[in-house]
Amino acid sequence: MDYFFTEHQQMIIDTAREITNEKIIPVRAELDEKNEFPKEILQDIAKADLFSIFVPEEYGGFGGGCYEIVLAMEELARGCVGVATSFAASALGIFPVLIAGSDEQKQKYLPDIAAGTRWAAFGLTEANAGSDASGIQTTAVLDGDEWVLNGTKQWITNGGEAQIYTIIALTDPSKGARGASIFVVEDGDPGFSYGKKEDKMGIRSSATRELILKDCRIPKDRLVGKRGTGFITVMKTLDVSRPGIASLGIGLAQAALDEAVVYAKQRVQFGKPIIAFQAVQHMLADMAIQVEAGRALVYAAARHIDAHPKNMSKASSMCKVFATDMAMKVTTDAVQVLGGYGYMKEYPVEKMMRDAKILQIYEGTNQIQRNVIGQELNKEYS
Amino acid sequence: MKLLVCIKQVPDAKDVRLDPVTNTLAREGVDSIMNPYDRHALEEAVAIREQLGGMVSVITMGPPQAEAVLREAIACGADEGVLVSDRAFAGADTWATAYTLAFAAQALGAFDLILCGKQAIDGDTAQVGPGLACRLQIPYVTCVQKTRHVSRDAIEVERMMDDGYDVVRLPLPALLTVVKDINEPRVASLKGKMKAKKATIRQLSAADIGADPLCIGLTGSPTQVVRVFSPEARGDRMMFSGNVQQQVEQLVACLKNHL
Repeated sequence: MDYFFTEHQQMIIDTAREITNEKIIPVRAELDEKNEFPKEILQDIAKADLFSIFVPEEYGGFGGGCYEIVLAMEELARGCVGVATSFAASALGIFPVLIAGSDEQKQKYLPDIAAGTRWAAFGLTEANAGSDASGIQTTAVLDGDEWVLNGTKQWITNGGEAQIYTIIALTDPSKGARGASIFVVEDGDPGFSYGKKEDKMGIRSSATRELILKDCRIPKDRLVGKRGTGFITVMKTLDVSRPGIASLGIGLAQAALDEAVVYAKQRVQFGKPIIAFQAVQHMLADMAIQVEAGRALVYAAARHIDAHPKNMSKASSMCKVFATDMAMKVTTDAVQVLGGYGYMKEYPVEKMMRDAKILQIYEGTNQIQRNVIGQELNKEYS
Repeated sequence: MKLLVCIKQVPDAKDVRLDPVTNTLAREGVDSIMNPYDRHALEEAVAIREQLGGMVSVITMGPPQAEAVLREAIACGADEGVLVSDRAFAGADTWATAYTLAFAAQALGAFDLILCGKQAIDGDTAQVGPGLACRLQIPYVTCVQKTRHVSRDAIEVERMMDDGYDVVRLPLPALLTVVKDINEPRVASLKGKMKAKKATIRQLSAADIGADPLCIGLTGSPTQVVRVFSPEARGDRMMFSGNVQQQVEQLVACLKNHL
């Protein structure tokens, strides 16, 4: 369908598409097999200026909104959700600075992020703080001119690969979530190290690792926003980032649909290409309907978020749930259309099905998203 | 460092058809692309500029629509594009093309290094690069697979051979033709695309470059295409096995059968 993109938006889509076709698709199976971080591809993405989309113009970026980010991520995910996740995680990691950082912090970090010479990561999750982010136990104590951080972050995307980490820690543990603050920790800071590297079902090219903060001392000016406002900034960050995850679902589902249709036209059984059988046709039709409906919702949500930055939670959660549940269903159906071949690693759809599952889990499980939507409905009708 | 990259707009090889009536290439509805080898020449020039500073100019001889590949080259990192275009250039063979490019290059000033793709995928002659170097009386190396070292007055490269490679060092100015192994061309950047959109493409006509009308286009071309045709499908292939003696015996027997 024609979504009437501006010339600039089309340029972003074309650039991301070229990266996907030329740099990602030829190597995605190997990266998945070897569990290998796509460093070179991220450097290609940087050279193509895609990291600058989400950075304001005054800091060397293109000043794009949620819509532009979504368009780029959808195309990258068509190639590989693992690579696209690594790209997305850098945006997620720097959003707290964009949302709540001081001008000095923005000057210090954003130009490098825009140029893609440094990558970011977002450190929220801990062993006892997943869906319930208020359960975090990492602490930060002010000691003279330095903050001292202690704790362990778990399952951090880009962990060990990024140079800039936004870490959520309790500055006032007695206040719970209201006592949380955000800090920038840099690779190489004293007391900061990397722990276990995870071996995952899907998105295997992305790095998922533990961050260990052991008497990690950082300068006082690394606090992002006011003390105690960390949790609010986290919620705002996730509201802006979730449509990005939704768009990964769209790109992935589109790729699975493309593979399924091409295969169904070639595969002959009972003397006909299997696309001639209504049972297969209807599956493909349902997949196409779902992909387009998801895409329309994600684009609409992204545009809504760009226009109404203070009222975005429901739109953000709705598109994340719909697009990622859809991606799980469509990739599963793609494997079904390809039958036995679909289950084999020679064809890309088995990887797509494995990659899809995480989309329903990370950046807030789809159950948590439904909670958000439910709470918003409750407020709207009160 | 002043670098010049010679590029050509060619029909997309995925899409090539012959007009069955005229036996010429059917260009209608066929996408045009930058000759794939030239993308590697451009990438190498941009990489050298990133290392040593300077300027990358791209040049193409072609019809007005060839401006598109010059803009694409600017999006991929070139600083300026020059379109050498004139009706009088039409029908040029490799001899006349090298002559024209040499005059155009001289009109643009002095270059330290000229890079070309090994060959164009439409003509497959691989003659224009060496021809241009001869016209300009500068040294050249073809089929370069790696730039080992480059300074302001010399360059050391690896020339791909069937059984390995030669290491060649030559003084600048010089000309290189490159193979695909030399690098991985970058994807055009957003900033590059915006720059390309706004860029002014300089145009040079036959008069602008001071070319002799008798040496350009069809008139200046000693080779003329008499006929273009699709080759007939090859006959059956046979593979001989065994030691050399046995294989030769099988071949001789086979040839005798066909006499």
